Amino acid sequence: MTNTAPQPVAASIDWPRPDYTRVPFALYHSPEWYAQEMECIFRGPTWNYLCLEAELPNKGDFVATYVGDTPVVVSRGDDGAIHAFVNRCAHKGALIVRQPRGNARAHTCIYHRWTYTRDGRLSGVPFRVGIEGQGGMPKDFDPACHGPRKLRVDTHGGLVFGTFSESTEPLGEYLGAFGRDMLGRFGARPLQVLGYSRQKINGNWKLYAENLRDTYHASLLHEFFVTYGVDRATQKGGVRMDARHRHNMNYAFAGSDTEAQAKAAYADTAARLDRMRLSDERLLHYQSEFADGMNLATPTIFPNVVAIQINNSLAVRQIRPQGVNHFEIFQTVVGYADDTDEMRRHRLLSANLVGPAGLVSMEDGEAIEIIQRATRAERGGQTSVIEMGGRGPVQDQAHRATEAPVRGFWSYWAELMGVQPPQGIQ
Amino acid sequence: MSAAPLDALGVSQRLADYGAWLDAMDYEAWLGLFTADCDYQITTRENEQAGLPLALMWCDGQAMLADRLASLQHVNEYNLHYPRHVMGMARRLPDQAAAPHAFEAPYALYQTTLEGESRLFSVGRYAMQWRAVNGDWKLHTMRVIVDTAQVPSLLACPI
Repeated sequence: MTNTAPQPVAASIDWPRPDYTRVPFALYHSPEWYAQEMECIFRGPTWNYLCLEAELPNKGDFVATYVGDTPVVVSRGDDGAIHAFVNRCAHKGALIVRQPRGNARAHTCIYHRWTYTRDGRLSGVPFRVGIEGQGGMPKDFDPACHGPRKLRVDTHGGLVFGTFSESTEPLGEYLGAFGRDMLGRFGARPLQVLGYSRQKINGNWKLYAENLRDTYHASLLHEFFVTYGVDRATQKGGVRMDARHRHNMNYAFAGSDTEAQAKAAYADTAARLDRMRLSDERLLHYQSEFADGMNLATPTIFPNVVAIQINNSLAVRQIRPQGVNHFEIFQTVVGYADDTDEMRRHRLLSANLVGPAGLVSMEDGEAIEIIQRATRAERGGQTSVIEMGGRGPVQDQAHRATEAPVRGFWSYWAELMGVQPPQGIQ
Repeated sequence: MSAAPLDALGVSQRLADYGAWLDAMDYEAWLGLFTADCDYQITTRENEQAGLPLALMWCDGQAMLADRLASLQHVNEYNLHYPRHVMGMARRLPDQAAAPHAFEAPYALYQTTLEGESRLFSVGRYAMQWRAVNGDWKLHTMRVIVDTAQVPSLLACPI
């Protein structure tokens, strides 16, 4: 394992302002910056979500996942521990594991049948001593020196995280009290996977990282929220972050505003507050299940995951970058292993709210794609304007007319990339 | 009033209407193909094979399906496009005792942007169970099992 210090591809980024209220559009389009992100962020000193513990109950269970765009195998070893290693044969670089998940005694690359143990050690090289004394590997070839790169692995709240860097702080410190609390809340009971969804978006992955930190858009873009009263910005709620402002959460409390407040706030938008009703309201039913009373909570851990609760729908969404112009949202919808059949059915119905066809999430894909398209030609100084919720220092806010956590994201992105502006905020 | 027997050709003819109405965004006519207590699901081959119950879209009854269409038409924002369904021939499933009037058919669904660029959006199959209602055949269960588990952009319109 190595830790590569940030080596900027350009001397610096010309940030117009040190509080990240202006972000150059070019950062969504540069293959050079993308390559550096893979090295300095995803393979750098960050903890990346890999999969759920619930997906690896038995020895030999494995999941093929990604850290940035690096393919990674997560596997429960013979020692009962969870291991993670790059899904790339040490010989020629072919994928070792080709199934998305399963159980295996060992992992064998199909090309020359190099074989790896469940914890990612090279254990077999065919014809190593040659055939009838001819050929073979040099006598000093040591399989122990030729394995795929391994990740450090740790878990919290049933989520499995991995890091490539030896210098990453322990996971608990990385998450901070905020992250530990919120993931602990999400995984307070054993999780059960209900299914997967995948969404390929033609946009840069950071646009989704920003989207998850932008509570401003939620009730405006996702009009279903307001139209059917699932969630309105007038509800009591706000944004929380860790001390470094790299992680964040949007949250709201069910039934904490009045019709009059909502009507006044949305008067100058096209939102339909009371014109439509569902003829079947089971979708909107919310059975309170968390002591804190939140019906919306989106703890988002830098750089690649959100554990999202919208009413009784629970899901983990992983960002999988696939080049500068594309990424996949890989969503694992979950319930709790001790859910009643009725609750499980309700979670499956509630899943209509989320995912690629989600009544309150489908729009994100379109919003991101139309930014990517409209800013494609931009290599100069054109920027976005990120001032909702104020300028200057980033801090927690007990209201929802804000996008301040987006600036927190950029400040940490710039730190890891080694391109902070003079006097850049944190 | 009893319905004329339903065969694979009859299902294919009805699927031709099904696709044409979706492509024309004539959702009222399309909704009329379903029973009141229908079960409409779009799921993935990935989840189906793994025995996982999650659907991408699940409407438990015609009322919920109507809500989904109303939201699509009046509330949701999505990628502006023209849809085009290409339907394969239907076949009767062999085990009619276990599932009477059960048929399946493959489909391909293309999307074309308002600027005329087309792409393959989804390929998969329909697993259907039909039921006679007032002398006509209606879809009682419709499971759209998409091979294209990685949804391009987003999934707004029914398949």
